[in-house]
Amino acid sequence: MADLTTNFLGISSPNPYWLASAPPTDKEYNVRRAFEAGWGGVVWKTLGAEGPPVVNVNGPRYGAIYGADRRLLGLNNIELITDRPLEVNLEEMARVKADYPDRALIASIMVPCEEAAWKAILPRVAETDADGIELNFGCPHGMSERGMGAAVGQVPEYIEMVTRWCKQYYDRPVIVKLTPNITDVRKPAAAAKNGGADAVSLINTINSITSVDLDTFSPEPSIDGKGSHGGYCGPAVKPIALSMVSEIARAEATHGLPISGIGGVTTWRDAAEFISLGCGNVQVCTAAMTYGFKIIDELTAGLSEWMDEKGYTSIDQVIGRAVPNVTDWQYLNLNYIAKAKIDQDQCIKCGRCYAACEDTSHQAISMSSDRVFEVIDEECVACNLCVDVCPVDSCISMVPMTAGEIDPRTGKAVDPEYANWTTHPNNPMAKAAE
Amino acid sequence: MAQGQMAPGIVSGRLSSDELTSNFTDLHPPLAPHEAAVAADRCYFCYDAPCVTACPTDIDIPLFIRQIQAGQPRAAGQTIFEQNILGGMCARVCPTETLCEEACVREAAEGKPVEIGRLQRFATDDVMTSGEHPFERAGLTGKTVAVVGAGPAGLACAHRLAMLGHDVVIHETKPKPGGLNEYGIAAYKSTNNFAQAEVDWLLKIGGISIETGSVLGETVSLDGLLEAYDAVFLSIGLAGVNALRAQGAETDGVRHAVDFISDVRQADDLSHLPVGRNVVVIGGGMTAVDAAVKSKLLGAEHVTIAYRRDREAMGASRYEQDLAASHGVRIMCNVQPVAVLGKGAAAEIELEYTASHDGQLSGAGDTVRVPADQVLKAIGQTLEGAPEGLELDGNKIAVSAAGRTSLNGVWAGGDCAAGGDDLTVTAVAEGRDAAMDIHATLSV
Repeated sequence: MADLTTNFLGISSPNPYWLASAPPTDKEYNVRRAFEAGWGGVVWKTLGAEGPPVVNVNGPRYGAIYGADRRLLGLNNIELITDRPLEVNLEEMARVKADYPDRALIASIMVPCEEAAWKAILPRVAETDADGIELNFGCPHGMSERGMGAAVGQVPEYIEMVTRWCKQYYDRPVIVKLTPNITDVRKPAAAAKNGGADAVSLINTINSITSVDLDTFSPEPSIDGKGSHGGYCGPAVKPIALSMVSEIARAEATHGLPISGIGGVTTWRDAAEFISLGCGNVQVCTAAMTYGFKIIDELTAGLSEWMDEKGYTSIDQVIGRAVPNVTDWQYLNLNYIAKAKIDQDQCIKCGRCYAACEDTSHQAISMSSDRVFEVIDEECVACNLCVDVCPVDSCISMVPMTAGEIDPRTGKAVDPEYANWTTHPNNPMAKAAE
Repeated sequence: MAQGQMAPGIVSGRLSSDELTSNFTDLHPPLAPHEAAVAADRCYFCYDAPCVTACPTDIDIPLFIRQIQAGQPRAAGQTIFEQNILGGMCARVCPTETLCEEACVREAAEGKPVEIGRLQRFATDDVMTSGEHPFERAGLTGKTVAVVGAGPAGLACAHRLAMLGHDVVIHETKPKPGGLNEYGIAAYKSTNNFAQAEVDWLLKIGGISIETGSVLGETVSLDGLLEAYDAVFLSIGLAGVNALRAQGAETDGVRHAVDFISDVRQADDLSHLPVGRNVVVIGGGMTAVDAAVKSKLLGAEHVTIAYRRDREAMGASRYEQDLAASHGVRIMCNVQPVAVLGKGAAAEIELEYTASHDGQLSGAGDTVRVPADQVLKAIGQTLEGAPEGLELDGNKIAVSAAGRTSLNGVWAGGDCAAGGDDLTVTAVAEGRDAAMDIHATLSV
């Protein structure tokens, strides 16, 4: 069994799975259940400043997007930070940490964008012996209207400023949680780094309305006939999260900055993908909210199994392995030529590849009267749409042509040399090859 | 108190009323909305879908399933009814395993087709239970068409003609319309008096009247109809039954399976319907399976289907055969009846093993006796009472693709017409298509 022990910012946890700051980590009761189930760490539900806590709506807080069998694909929430008094949360955190010293316990914090507010809360958090803090600059709903959460995360200067305060008044690791509701995630990440952040975590949830009730015309979730945008999460957001993580991992300004990956982690495979794109660990929420804490058994066993198969003995060996392969479009090899190939033995003759190619793509699949579908190499640009719509796994594959073969589409021989857009003759900005 | 399965002879009340009620509930219970959503999601929306090609009425199956996916079962029902006004019955009785579901690509892929039949029922039930009729008549043409026979072909023809603005008078021999939907189909496939409810719903289009007790060749004649109406559509079914060529074929306890099925369908109280302890059904088609399963459900102790050829040759699909087997019906193949034995009433049947040489079936000499206090003959129906002067094709009325007979102004469809598979769904297609041709002819 591969060792899943993770050392993230010097914080050790028995596996790389932390529960993200969210409803599952709002109370001692839940967190104890999570640790008993085997979770590596938790980021406690976001704490607010001392005083009367925030209040939540008293109607639905969540909306969902489903697959056909009500498989939950995306979840949206309009819940705020913890609505329990600060001191209650701090006492519980201290108790839990004392009882589970081998697990990571991180305090998520969101207080007004004033130095005094941060200076006031940080020593109180430190007293709990929490392993670090996460600055919630991500929540896109409710708190952002009050100048917190995503309202901070959308202004790199604020991120840098607050991070700097935190590094000044707190001596354990500081993680900055980023909002995806921005145009270029590298800017807030760089700001966090400049402010002295030990790591960033991302993504927080995405602005969303899950649906509209077509009888009442209220957005969902609906509170007395009105709706407000919520934060979207769950399996549906994973591709967005992976891309943002990869941008930070490969950008010059932020390369090497530790990342805690968040966004739709549902199975071990998702976790492995986040880690390969540079994350030192992952945070999970929606999957736990959907299936309960027991999924940790699959998450840990699956990752361990895969690592054993591949011969990796520690998480460190996986971190960032995919990062060198993330590049700009302009550096993709334009001399790489593939053709779709349909395995006739596996084909079930549904014709989806044909409809997709004929109606919406390159007319590169033929259909015979007895429903035999074949690729027309002269037309195929290897777009992969047929593969994507085929209901049979591996029935259609993209087969690379070998160097020297004649591409029937262009009539030209496949060039063995790598060549990209930067040197392509059609590019007016092309540099002469050296 | 129920008599029990072991009571000898042909008696009623073998099972308690509760047992009978439970036995005759829906073979395939309707899908609940969530089940339908899950089942519909399995459809791949194939290009030029093979299921549509396989459907005799060309229902746009991927479209109606997508409409279910999209939360509009009523629109799905409309899609079905546009092609097949008896889509509700077809959803229940079509041998989907040899039609749309056999063609489904998921059948090829995983041996588990999309449940097209049940989805069709889900959609058509939604429309029909709303009570609303989804079609309106076109402007009246002033023409009137006579339809002879109120079975699936006649009803489909009448509905389409009425929709196109013609008036229709249906002449029906039996006291109730519906034809084999009412009198002939397995009760466990069409529960809760669905056949009559479907006819009532269909007639809501308006412009169709039904004259029951109207018998062609007796109370009305083809010439008379041609005189009184602008066109005639014959959908008279197969009223005759083949005779059993065996010694003792007239013994008490021997009867036609179609009559037995009709009795079951028309029974107000199944506990009053007699059935043998040892039932032998002669034949290999769907009627044989229906009669055998019904006997079993009524409480017969032993039920045997005796068929003269091998299993592959049976008219009943493999699915139907398995259905029979799962109800405890024994299927004997390659045997033919030679004698029904018994004093006064049937007690045994003697079957001879058969052999096939170059397609010719003959008795092989060896015989076996099977206890049989009731023998049900399901050896095929024949055309009976067809008007003189109509050209025949084999034993059926010869028709063109559009259902035209050899006589001007006379169309025919359903089981009485040549071609087709003697299925409800083919009858509907033939009735509908003949209506279109009648309409085209009358519109000239």
